[in-house]
Amino acid sequence: MLDINHLDTFYGKAQALWNISLSVDKGEIVALVGSNGAGKTTLLNTICGLLHPASGSISFLGERIDGLTPHAIVELGISHVPEGGRVFTSMTVRENLEMGAYTYHAWKRKDETIKQVYQVFPVLKERERQLARTLSGGEQQMLAVGRGLMSRPKLCLFDEPSYGLSPILVAEVFRVIKSLREQGITILLVEQNVRQTLEVADRACVLENGRVEVEGACDRLLTSDYVRKAYLGL
Amino acid sequence: MDIIRGVFKMPRLWWLISLILLVLLATLPLYGSAYTVILITAIIMYVILTVSWTMFFAPTGYLSLATAAFFGIGIYTMAILGEQLPLLPAVIAGGLVSFVVALIVGAITLRLRGVYFTIFTFGLVELIKHLLLFWEINVTGTRGRFVVLENNNTIFGVILGIFVVLMLTYYLLRRSKYGLALRSIGENEEAAAHLGVNVNLLKVFTFALSAFFMGAAGAIMATRWTYVDPYVAFNVLHSFLPVLMAIFGGMSQLYSPIIGAVIFAYIEEQLLTRFPEYFMLIFGVILVVAILYLPNGLVGLVRKWWQKGLREENVNS
Repeated sequence: MLDINHLDTFYGKAQALWNISLSVDKGEIVALVGSNGAGKTTLLNTICGLLHPASGSISFLGERIDGLTPHAIVELGISHVPEGGRVFTSMTVRENLEMGAYTYHAWKRKDETIKQVYQVFPVLKERERQLARTLSGGEQQMLAVGRGLMSRPKLCLFDEPSYGLSPILVAEVFRVIKSLREQGITILLVEQNVRQTLEVADRACVLENGRVEVEGACDRLLTSDYVRKAYLGL
Repeated sequence: MDIIRGVFKMPRLWWLISLILLVLLATLPLYGSAYTVILITAIIMYVILTVSWTMFFAPTGYLSLATAAFFGIGIYTMAILGEQLPLLPAVIAGGLVSFVVALIVGAITLRLRGVYFTIFTFGLVELIKHLLLFWEINVTGTRGRFVVLENNNTIFGVILGIFVVLMLTYYLLRRSKYGLALRSIGENEEAAAHLGVNVNLLKVFTFALSAFFMGAAGAIMATRWTYVDPYVAFNVLHSFLPVLMAIFGGMSQLYSPIIGAVIFAYIEEQLLTRFPEYFMLIFGVILVVAILYLPNGLVGLVRKWWQKGLREENVNS
């Protein structure tokens, strides 16, 4: 579904990603893990068109998407839930969700999609008319995920959805991500929460200093010495 | 079709009130004195500048001081084309020239944020003024231009027409998904881009749309002033007053900048005729009080009292 080949991305003159190759198949949950500054967010921003690669290619459903603008990429069916959620705090919960359906095709079905999102997150329906800033941190994260679903994506990019949440809410977020996969949405998940991520995902890719360090099925990574030492502290 | 349906969703009462006020205004030349018509024309001019400025600032938070530039471009378009074109096409041309200039300026400057954008737009007024002055003195060999005079009632009719089109545009913009997207840009441009908003295009287009109305207002006002030069046409007060009027009235509701502009323009007119020597002083005091004590403008204050009143009524009953 998503194919990344030999990707190099720069911030000005500083190279942030080196020769990244990665593929995500339909219906999979693929995790990107790695420490701060490893290039995880940079990779997501390159996929969704906010940054353009210096070399290499990105294809989605067989079509080249590197070089497209962010709105064209959203229209193709990739949705991005950014780090920290970034909900619009002085807009209501409902307005935030409607913004998620901004693209042409999604806007026409937005009332139907909002109902589906309310089924996943009943708390958002209760708070429909409240300003997003009155929501708790966990609820804001739910809203960000719900907003990401409003464009009816085929592929969803999550950037640290569990960041800053209590353990109970982290479990809730992972539960939601699993249920999205059951609904047929493919997921690329960036996380620092390595153990739980590897338990939820099918495959994972460990980034370090902008390079792919290890890649493989999660059950294999969980038992590999490298990952156990570096990320699980065993 | 969505847009047309949107018009009919506005509460009936508001439509009724707006319609009655509009009929009263449109028939003003029949019962009002010549002075009243001229006064109301000047007030509507300020209302147009204030509302079109608010249309861009309120959702996005981009504070433009280029109002005088677009207003002045409209004035000069009329001064140049007024003899060749009939009145209405010349007014629309004034709006279109401003629209195009705003598209170009917007494409260059809307990447700037915060205070840099504001300073650039302020510089734009001075830049166009002095370029024009240089051109007129060195190339055409004049300093000012005469504009074809129009009947006061005609001017009043045209400016009222511009006002109505502006209000409908602003109303529809606020209700549409583009209005929502503009607000999201005001909050967080990057997050808006993540959701598929073409941030730059939407900003530049809305900026140009607001410039269209400023230009059209300038074009029709030129026919009232009959003589214009770059200093009159590109007066920086036309950049500052709309900002102050919008702050004074508030920006949360569709009608709040109108109320701010009407009261402010009326006070200005009264002070100017009665206390010309204290005009700026009294004006300054009113402004300081408005900024210190009316964070949401006059309309915000009234709404607060209103809601408090309703609450007390509920307690009593």
